[in-house]
Amino acid sequence: MTERAGDRGAQPLRAPQQDRPGESGGREVPSLKVEGTGCVPARTTNVIVAGLGGQGVIKASDILADVAFRAGKDVKKAEVHGMSQRGGSVTSDVRFGDHVESPMIPPGEADYLLVLEPSEVEVTRPLLSKTGVLIPPDLVDERSLPNRKSLNVALLGALSRHLDLPEALWLEAVKAALPERLHQVNEKAFRIGRERAVRP
Amino acid sequence: MERRLLSGDEAVAAAAGDGGVHLGTGYPGTPSTEILEAFSRLGGRAQWAPNEKVALEVGLGAAFGGARALVTMKHVGLNVAADPLFTAAYTGVSGALVVVSADDPGMSSSQNEQDNRHYAVAASLPMLEPSDSQEAYDLALAAFELSERWKLPVILRMTTRVCHGKSILTRRPAVAPRAPAFERDIPGRVMIPAYARPAHRRLRKKIEELLAWAEATPLNVEVRGGRALGIVSAGIAARHAREAAPGASFLELKTLHPLPVERIRAFAASVERCVIVEEGDPFLAERIRAAGIAVESKPEPFRFGELDVARVRRILARDTSPEPEAPRGKPPMLCEACPYHPVYATLRKLDCIVAGDIGCYTLGVLPPYQGMDTCVAMGASLGVGLGLRHVLPEKDARRVISLIGDSTFIHTGVNGLIEMVYNPPATGHVLVVLDNGTTAMTGQQEHPGTGRTMEHEPTGKVSIEGLARALGVKNVDVIDPVRDPGGWEKLFVDRLGRRELSVIVARSPCILAAADIRKWEKAAAEKAVVSIGGRG
Repeated sequence: MTERAGDRGAQPLRAPQQDRPGESGGREVPSLKVEGTGCVPARTTNVIVAGLGGQGVIKASDILADVAFRAGKDVKKAEVHGMSQRGGSVTSDVRFGDHVESPMIPPGEADYLLVLEPSEVEVTRPLLSKTGVLIPPDLVDERSLPNRKSLNVALLGALSRHLDLPEALWLEAVKAALPERLHQVNEKAFRIGRERAVRP
Repeated sequence: MERRLLSGDEAVAAAAGDGGVHLGTGYPGTPSTEILEAFSRLGGRAQWAPNEKVALEVGLGAAFGGARALVTMKHVGLNVAADPLFTAAYTGVSGALVVVSADDPGMSSSQNEQDNRHYAVAASLPMLEPSDSQEAYDLALAAFELSERWKLPVILRMTTRVCHGKSILTRRPAVAPRAPAFERDIPGRVMIPAYARPAHRRLRKKIEELLAWAEATPLNVEVRGGRALGIVSAGIAARHAREAAPGASFLELKTLHPLPVERIRAFAASVERCVIVEEGDPFLAERIRAAGIAVESKPEPFRFGELDVARVRRILARDTSPEPEAPRGKPPMLCEACPYHPVYATLRKLDCIVAGDIGCYTLGVLPPYQGMDTCVAMGASLGVGLGLRHVLPEKDARRVISLIGDSTFIHTGVNGLIEMVYNPPATGHVLVVLDNGTTAMTGQQEHPGTGRTMEHEPTGKVSIEGLARALGVKNVDVIDPVRDPGGWEKLFVDRLGRRELSVIVARSPCILAAADIRKWEKAAAEKAVVSIGGRG
């Protein structure tokens, strides 16, 4: 499959000048990006982060997406905000690979499901593929964390064992996402989570 | 240029920054809210308007003055702004005016899933729609260029997954737009019938020119795959389709209005089976069929809710078997420490008929309170409550109240309050304004009643109780239902018992915003002291 030359707008766009007498030369409207080769996309890694509003679901998925981005992958992420601060269920989809099209993970096709809230495990389990890996909230004992609010980062630590993304990038992304006063506790939480998970 | 991982909303803000937008305005509404907030963080001049109509008018004025203006709102906000929108198509603009309509298919946080693509046709305005953050950025910049070139407002239509989804974006070098300047054009901007008649013809001429442009523009993307299946799509549906049928040929439309029908005709003729894949109403399918092009479109069940890759696969497979139900999680609810709890407890106890409104407090409709009987549109609690009072038997009419939040009251509730004074029901009426000092639902934005700008700096403050008194409402009271729940209930029972017009402002800060509000108030007080000291 090949993409037509200029399909993504290699040429600048100009309005028909003959119709606009008196107007000084047409300014270029920016053209759209030229996408990859248009080949069948290589395998995409699909991760869903789930929990309740206020638990840091979106923060965790932001960090994960940033790690993949720093690692040079194509990344897309989708979620629904709005009601998320009112304690309702929140899920966030992160997809990365050589080329990602849809930002949403088709139901039953998640490779990893990271859940921050025990009551959400069964609710979201159908989103996981048959061979997918569940990272449940009780994988890490909250009491072992310097701050219980870091459970999201601890579970990312566990997830990091499964993904081929350099550990240094994880720590960079965690720091980039949080204010400096929270760096130490979250770095520790990440390491605790990473130690709890055993690489498959 | 630097590559970054940004949401579609942030991408539009970046385009506004790089496109030299002079003024951004709008009213908060999921999923559009973050655009202006991000533009402000980038150093752009951004402000919240009391409602979308005012925002569009401010943007139009700026564009009459030769500026580049960005106006943002959610889909239902465009209903509020529709009045100036339709005539702004006649007047056109001198600078550039881009209106973002952020639609919410699937209603993640909205009262309906109206498809605002219809507005582009109804108002005769160009509309562009991106499918990811890079396109949101590129098309926002293209929209400013188009608006300047054809001197028309341009609608940039986005949807929840594009607004809130994140993907990788490369920015372009910033441009410096022309400096604003006023040029008188009375027949072009004063829409009395004598001037509006030729303006209508001018508009249709521009749309004809834009159609020729749309047929040729490389903004619309064609991907040549197999001949067996061709897919015409737009917006986020295009991303799902590319994944669902990687071997097919694709025509991805970015110009939704005017629609490049001849390009679509040629594409459809080049494939054996041509399917329209779109979210929401069959907007593209109906127009394409009306042009006499034989295409297949989605079955009716796919009009409802969002599409995703799995649903697009079903559309392509003509599979109309029942779809698996999405996981049902925990619904959102009033925060445990929400100041509205005492109010809902009283309403339930007294079995009031509650004409409600839109905001966090709408969550009071859920158990345990089930404390709302109607919720239709921003500000509708007043009119609906008054209508009920006018017609119900007296016993029931006297149980009717209107319940509205502070930001929603300022938005369009105040119009209903004028109606209450002008056409008072025989039994009187009670309006309760739940004033938590912020636009809580959309993430704690400021509004005219808080007396702070988008950046939380002190500015003019509109007093809700002052407005009610000035309008001539007989009983106007302010009470804190959290500090004095007994006093609140006593006051409410008394006002409900009178055959008079009453406004009760139940004022207590949003629990999520309270700490920030204290911080901003303190900063403002310190600044005031400094400025007094400076003068002294």
